[in-house]
Amino acid sequence: MSKMIDISGLTKKYSGKKVVDGLDLQVEEGELFGFLGPNGAGKTTTIRILTTLTKPTAGKVLINGIDVAKDPSKVKSEFGIVQQHLSLNRDLTIAENLELHARLHHLPSSERKRRISELLDYVELTDHADYLIDNISGGMKRRAMIARALLHRPKLLFLDEPTVGLDAQTRRRVWDLIRRMNSDGTTVFLTTHYIEEAEALCERAGILHHGHLIAVDAPLSLRRKLGMIAVEIQDNGNGTQYRYFSDRAAASEFVQMLPGNDKVVMRESNLEDVFVEFTGQKVLGD
Amino acid sequence: MDAYSILWSDLMALKRRWPRYLLTTLISPLLYLVAFGWGLGRGINLNGTSYLEFVIPGIIALTAMTTSFNGAGTRLNVDRLYFKSFDECLMAPIGLSSLLMGKALIGVVRGVLSSVAFLAVAMLIAPAIHISPLFMVGLFLTCLTFAFLGVLAALLARSHEDMATFGSLILMPMTFLGGTFFSLSQVPTGLKYALYALPLTHSSMFLRAAALDQPLPWDSFFILLAFFATFLTGGMITLKKISI
Repeated sequence: MSKMIDISGLTKKYSGKKVVDGLDLQVEEGELFGFLGPNGAGKTTTIRILTTLTKPTAGKVLINGIDVAKDPSKVKSEFGIVQQHLSLNRDLTIAENLELHARLHHLPSSERKRRISELLDYVELTDHADYLIDNISGGMKRRAMIARALLHRPKLLFLDEPTVGLDAQTRRRVWDLIRRMNSDGTTVFLTTHYIEEAEALCERAGILHHGHLIAVDAPLSLRRKLGMIAVEIQDNGNGTQYRYFSDRAAASEFVQMLPGNDKVVMRESNLEDVFVEFTGQKVLGD
Repeated sequence: MDAYSILWSDLMALKRRWPRYLLTTLISPLLYLVAFGWGLGRGINLNGTSYLEFVIPGIIALTAMTTSFNGAGTRLNVDRLYFKSFDECLMAPIGLSSLLMGKALIGVVRGVLSSVAFLAVAMLIAPAIHISPLFMVGLFLTCLTFAFLGVLAALLARSHEDMATFGSLILMPMTFLGGTFFSLSQVPTGLKYALYALPLTHSSMFLRAAALDQPLPWDSFFILLAFFATFLTGGMITLKKISI
C-alpha cells in the first residue's frame, strides 16, 4: 500500500505560538483515519495546511506523493473536503453549487450533468436539486457538501466535523455514507469531536494534543493500552474518578476493596476514555 | 475559462433577482438626477451646455463606480468572511489570475447593467447626451477599474465593517468630489490637483467629453488605465498572500 498522506515535521506558528508542533503522520491509501484532539489542539490548522489554505511554517506534506507547498494547484485535484462550517454558496441551488464545483474542477460539460445527478442520487438529494441552500435542512446541507466534495472523484476526502449539529438519525445516515465512500475506495481523513463517531467509523485514530500526536493506533488497541474495563467511582459531590483494568476480574477485585458509600459503575472502556486520559482533560460536558 | 466559471455562478445568483437589482440600483442615481439636475441646477449653464446635460455623465460615472465596486467587493467580502464559500474557489485547481478575474467580472457586469439602465432613463430626459462607442469604452474601463478596486478592498478587509469604512472614506468623498457634480475648472488650484488624484475624476471627465461631443481627454483615459493596472496588481499580490 502506498501513502496517501505523508506529514513530516509539520510546524505552524501564529505570532510566535506553535499551533502545530513537529507533527509526523502517515495515512495509507484506502484507510479511514480519525484525527482527534481537544479544542485548540491544531486539528483545523493541520487540515487547512493539508488542503492548501494555509502555508506551513516548517515541515513537509505529501498528498498522494505530491508536495502541497510546492505544487498546490496539482494537489487540489487529489482531494475533496467537507469543511466544518457550511461553505456552500447560499445564492445558488444545490445543483448549481455542484455545477460550479464541476466547472472549477474541469469536468467536461458532457460528463457534468451525469456526474451531478449520480452524486445527488448517492446522497439522496435528487428531489431537492433545485432548492436554494437557505431552504434546506442542516442535514441536507451537509449531504450536499459531501456530494460536492466527491464530484471530481478525489482519491482523498477530508471530513472536518461532518456531523456537528446533526440529529441522531441524520448523523447515522452520514456515517453510512462515509463507510460507503470508504469502501468505494476513497481514503477518508476525519476529524471529529464526537469520539464515538471515530470509534464507530475509523480503522485507526490519532490523538492530537498541543500540536503533536500523542497516540496513533486502532481504537481497540488504544483501549487495550488503557484497559478494556473502566470503573467510575462517583464520590458524592467530589466529582468522578476513573480507573482502568485489563479485564473484569481485576476490576471486580478493585471494586470490592472500595468503601461502600460510593456509587460505582463498571463498564467497557471506550475511545473517549482513551482520549480523556491521554489528553488529560475532558472534552465533552465541560 | 476558469474565470468564466466563477462569473457563471455569480450570474446565476444575479439572474434570480435581476428586476429587484435593477430597481434598487437605479434609485440613487435617479435621486441625484432629480436633486442636482432638476432641483439645484435648473437654469445653470456651463460653457453652453445645460447643467442637466453636464451632470448626467457624472452621475453615470459615479453609478458605474459604486455598482461595480459593490458588485465585486461586497459579494466577495460576504463570500470570503461570512459564507466561507471563497475557500471553495481557493481549493479549486485554477490559476490565481483566473480567480481574481472571475471575482471582478461580476462587478463589471453589474456596473455596466446599472449604468446602461440609468443611461436609458437619462436619454429620455436629456436627448443631447451622445452615446458613442468611445463612451462605452470609457464606461467599461470605469467598471473594470472599480470592480478590481472592490476585489482588492474585499481581499484586504478583515470584517464587514472594514468594507463599510472603505466605502465611507474612499468612495463617498469620490462620489461628490470626483468631477461628478461640478467642473474642476471652478475649484481652487490646490484642491484641483488633489481631485486629479481620484480615479473617478478622470472617468467623469472622459465620459462627459464623450457624451457631449467635446474633444476627448486622453490623458484621463490613460490615468484611469493606470489606476486599473494598479488595482489589478494590488489584488493579485494580496490574493497571492492569502493563498499559499
